[in-house]
Amino acid sequence: MKRVVITGAGTINALGKTVPETLEAMREGRCGIAELEFRDVDRLTIKIGGQVKGFEPDAIFNRQQLTLYDRFTQFTLMAAHEAITQSGLVFGGELAATTGVVLGTAGGGVSTWDDNYRSVYEDGKNRVHPFVVPKLMNNAAASHVSMQYNLKGPSFTVSTACASSNHAMAQAFAMVRSGMSRAMVTGGSESMLCFGGVKAWEGLRVMSRDACRPFSANRNGMVQGEGAGIFVFEEYEHARARGAEMMAEVIGFAMTSDAADIVMPSKQGAARAISGALADAGLGRERIGYINAHGTGTAANDKTECAAVADVFGTHADKLLISSTKSMHGHLIGGTGAVELLACIMALRDGVIAPTIGYEEPDPECALDVVPNEAREVAVEYALSNAFAFGGLNAVLALKRV
Amino acid sequence: MDVETRVRNIIAEQALLDPEEVGMDSTLESLGLDSLGLVESLFAIEEAFDINIPFNANNPEDSDFDISSVATIVMGIRRLLVEKES
Repeated sequence: MKRVVITGAGTINALGKTVPETLEAMREGRCGIAELEFRDVDRLTIKIGGQVKGFEPDAIFNRQQLTLYDRFTQFTLMAAHEAITQSGLVFGGELAATTGVVLGTAGGGVSTWDDNYRSVYEDGKNRVHPFVVPKLMNNAAASHVSMQYNLKGPSFTVSTACASSNHAMAQAFAMVRSGMSRAMVTGGSESMLCFGGVKAWEGLRVMSRDACRPFSANRNGMVQGEGAGIFVFEEYEHARARGAEMMAEVIGFAMTSDAADIVMPSKQGAARAISGALADAGLGRERIGYINAHGTGTAANDKTECAAVADVFGTHADKLLISSTKSMHGHLIGGTGAVELLACIMALRDGVIAPTIGYEEPDPECALDVVPNEAREVAVEYALSNAFAFGGLNAVLALKRV
Repeated sequence: MDVETRVRNIIAEQALLDPEEVGMDSTLESLGLDSLGLVESLFAIEEAFDINIPFNANNPEDSDFDISSVATIVMGIRRLLVEKES
């Protein structure tokens, strides 16, 4: 089995338009959640989100590209550019033939659906632009990355709601670890912050009107976010031979299904994914220093997740640190695990643990060290990243400091 | 603006050319328009003239609309406009 390291990272989200900007915001415990700005927002009950602001696609993409790139593809391409540039990889020959793109998204081109449904239903138009289908399809982002960087290996899109990115990155990791690919571009993106996208979430009545406060007793729901996180996973010897900077090592993963309920999380399903990732990485539970929680800020997730962590880690659960950065960038749904992997990289590489901001009252059902409100400097050697999706689909990644 | 000028302007915009470079005997292929550029041009023409163009990309030869040159496209549009009037 090959070792797998991360040699490039890129992002755009409510906290920043690059990885350094995002990590700085996480260190400072800055909140990227604010008033939503888009058409018909006044007809929504939920009016806040982790929206990417000051992003001007017209200045970045040409007209032809804009007719084909939904916002989730635009985010993906921005983040992929940062990640691949940082990696220093140029794809040609055998490397290009085996390197692919595995990305997660839950909704794909949601705003393209939204705009065109509005056009035919509300505005009564009988004709839509010919590129609606290639623009909204869930694999559009992965395909455009493959075309832009000449990546001819296995490429596809994973859609497992809030665990999409973690499933995608686990798959990419498995491909490099097995020797099938020497490098993979992976991560995920989401852009559901449009009228229809938020309206659909409102229906579930799990959304907060004021803030995302994971693990805090007064939490009142989740807040949507948007953006992308993209990484280059590379075989260790390949990276070492070319002197590439290694941000962290990916050492294991597990995926489980609750097989129970379409929305309610299961402690057993989550716990099996966490202990499975430890077993895959060959780690004793006492080695884990940090967990990036799924931590959505809903009543159901946070207590179930804490109970699962307590079950798996026993007394060590009181020693490890666990935080939810969704309090800052919101829940990026299918893209969330990718942006949250950055918090794991910061913990391992920089020894800085991103805080759970907005934390106000301890909850006896979430009695773990959730790094409330302020980042902490702690040297961490091993970290986990949790993602537990609607539909009971769970994916946990294990990482190691390089 | 007459039909011919409007069509040349639309095709020029899609092909990223000046309208003067779009001759009546030009084929869409010679102007650098690929299959996506073709359907996008037809969409733009439909929008501009408020007509429906009976073109099927699967079997262009059997379509009731000849796209073999700018001139045949203009002719086809004139016919559709007359049908729309009547």
